[in-house]
Amino acid sequence: MFTFTIRRLTLAVPTLLFISLVIFLLLQLAPGDPMAQVPLTVPPEVKQKMREALGLGEPMHVQYLKWLRQFFWIEPLNLFDYMFGTGLAEGELRVISWQTRSPVVDIVVQRLPQTLWVVGMAYVVGILIALPIGIISAYKQYSMFDQVGTFVSMVGFSIPPFFSGVLVIVIFSVQLGWFPSIYDTTHVVNDWASFKVQLLQMFLPVMVLALQITAQISRFMRASMLDNLNQDYVRTARAKGARERVVVLVHVLRNSMIPVVTVIALGIPSIFGGAIITEQVFKVNGIGQLLITSIEANDLPMVQTLTFIFAILIVLFNLIADILYGVLDPRIRYD
Amino acid sequence: MLDDADRPLVSVRNLKMHFPIYGGLMRRRVGEVKAVDGISFEIFEGETLGLVGESGCGKSTVGRTILRLYEATAGDVIIDGKEIAHAEPEELRRMRPTMQMIFQDPQASLNPRMTVRDIVGEPLREHMALSNTELTDRVHQLMDQVGLNRDFADRYPHEFSGGQRQRIGIARALALNPKFIVCDEPIAALDVSIQAQVVNLLEELQDRLGLTYLFISHDLSMVRHIADRVAVMYLGQIAELAPRDALYEKPLHPYTEALLSAVPEPDPTIAAKTERIILTGDVPSPSNPPTGCNFSTRCPKVMDICTRETPTFREQEPGRFVACHLYNSEQTSAANAASEVNKSIQQGEET
Repeated sequence: MFTFTIRRLTLAVPTLLFISLVIFLLLQLAPGDPMAQVPLTVPPEVKQKMREALGLGEPMHVQYLKWLRQFFWIEPLNLFDYMFGTGLAEGELRVISWQTRSPVVDIVVQRLPQTLWVVGMAYVVGILIALPIGIISAYKQYSMFDQVGTFVSMVGFSIPPFFSGVLVIVIFSVQLGWFPSIYDTTHVVNDWASFKVQLLQMFLPVMVLALQITAQISRFMRASMLDNLNQDYVRTARAKGARERVVVLVHVLRNSMIPVVTVIALGIPSIFGGAIITEQVFKVNGIGQLLITSIEANDLPMVQTLTFIFAILIVLFNLIADILYGVLDPRIRYD
Repeated sequence: MLDDADRPLVSVRNLKMHFPIYGGLMRRRVGEVKAVDGISFEIFEGETLGLVGESGCGKSTVGRTILRLYEATAGDVIIDGKEIAHAEPEELRRMRPTMQMIFQDPQASLNPRMTVRDIVGEPLREHMALSNTELTDRVHQLMDQVGLNRDFADRYPHEFSGGQRQRIGIARALALNPKFIVCDEPIAALDVSIQAQVVNLLEELQDRLGLTYLFISHDLSMVRHIADRVAVMYLGQIAELAPRDALYEKPLHPYTEALLSAVPEPDPTIAAKTERIILTGDVPSPSNPPTGCNFSTRCPKVMDICTRETPTFREQEPGRFVACHLYNSEQTSAANAASEVNKSIQQGEET
């Protein structure tokens, strides 16, 4: 297992380098000019100088290598400096956002908590709802519960958050007035009352996202449970005289969790990616919102960095899912 | 062995297992598969009852329904003096130690994520209060009994060969000292060389532990080897039930006769002489069995009455039961005569 992990991590390096090249080239080839927002009264020579100041005058491979150096060397050094108070990266140019002129990583670090709170909480809530639903609807296949569960999953799958988000805002904030429609990022939790406010403002976005996650994972759980419920070893367990609870929870559930855990692990990078639409609907100042505004403003370094961070997370969690699979299923060996 | 067995350990009365078929838009019940359609038999303590028949005739369903792995549609099953077919779940669970099953597919019937220790030890943990060391001792003892190396206790099923896996299945079945074991084609998934080993192991365990078996198989020679009495099934019903030697020497039911004639004969000179009875046609669908005798559509000795009336399953000779109109002397001879007369009249008209 250890050698497998090391081998996979080593293999991840060329993969990530290739991804970084693809991202870089795609963004270079994409139309759009960072100077588009600059007023027309600014003469073209000045604009050209501004472009060169941003590093756009250099040949493409130089730009790429410079970005690589900044991302893989200078930014980690900065993080190291920040954590241990050293001065290793002093005087080096960091990846700077064209929009805000501040280091990209700093902005990401500012935005991440909001996203992790809202989207991460939605993921946890979604899983906690999905697993029991999946288990029960498989155990009582074609029952009323199963039919309702199937219907709700279908709704969750098919209604996009830009509709369900607006719908719950209309119902619960506008008509009923139970929850605020806007997520206030500046809200500070320091006592019981402010914690309650935080809960209230998180409720709607979390539920809108959780509906989708629940739909997906409960279907998966159900299919996996059904697959295992009909296996011969379940009949063996019953013939042994095991309690029904033991049969379902020990034999069937434990074996059904293998693919579900993998799916859950593979979904974690999407938490960091934020939920672009839902964040936009509820005005959550998170990563998804950051990405969409950067794309609109042609903020190449920001888009490039964010996309690449997502790529790293996806590669990493793929590896984690593979390792989990090996841990959970004794039939799979990685050596 | 029949004579020294005094009381039936298992008695099955008019057992029926019909599986519903759902169809249509609203998934309404549109019919049923009559996998087991009214069978009765008894198994005496210490004996092996062989249950044979072609695939799809309901052999495995009988085994599973007797142990109530399926909910029987109708009928009674009494094992060791206790009613199984209608017992409450908790009561049934407490009866499980008496009756166990060895499954057909040793690969699929073992939980892939459990070690041998867990698989064999689980019934002990469920039904007895044993300390960890006692449990390990018992698991080791069972592994010795079935001829598995003790060092393999912490391995997973996929790390074993087919024969070894079946031994794990047997050890598991033996864990709670059962009296009655249903062997559901325990050797069908095994290599021929391993089959003999497993069957010998089963016989040895029977002698040592005084077990009673219901041995389900489609392998007639293997049943001849292991069984004391043999029941022949056709389309959800028992056609004939008789002591082994009597059945193999002189089968009464035409189906048994046809089945036995299909057993390959190793001696070529005898093989050349024996005439094989080839049945024509297919087995009718168990969801729509023929009226009268189930075998009437393929029977070489079919009579008029066979398509009209279901033959009763009755004792023809002491210990020999058969469901066939040929032996239903009182009514049949009359019906036979009538059909003969009919035939001659028809022939007479033709000529």
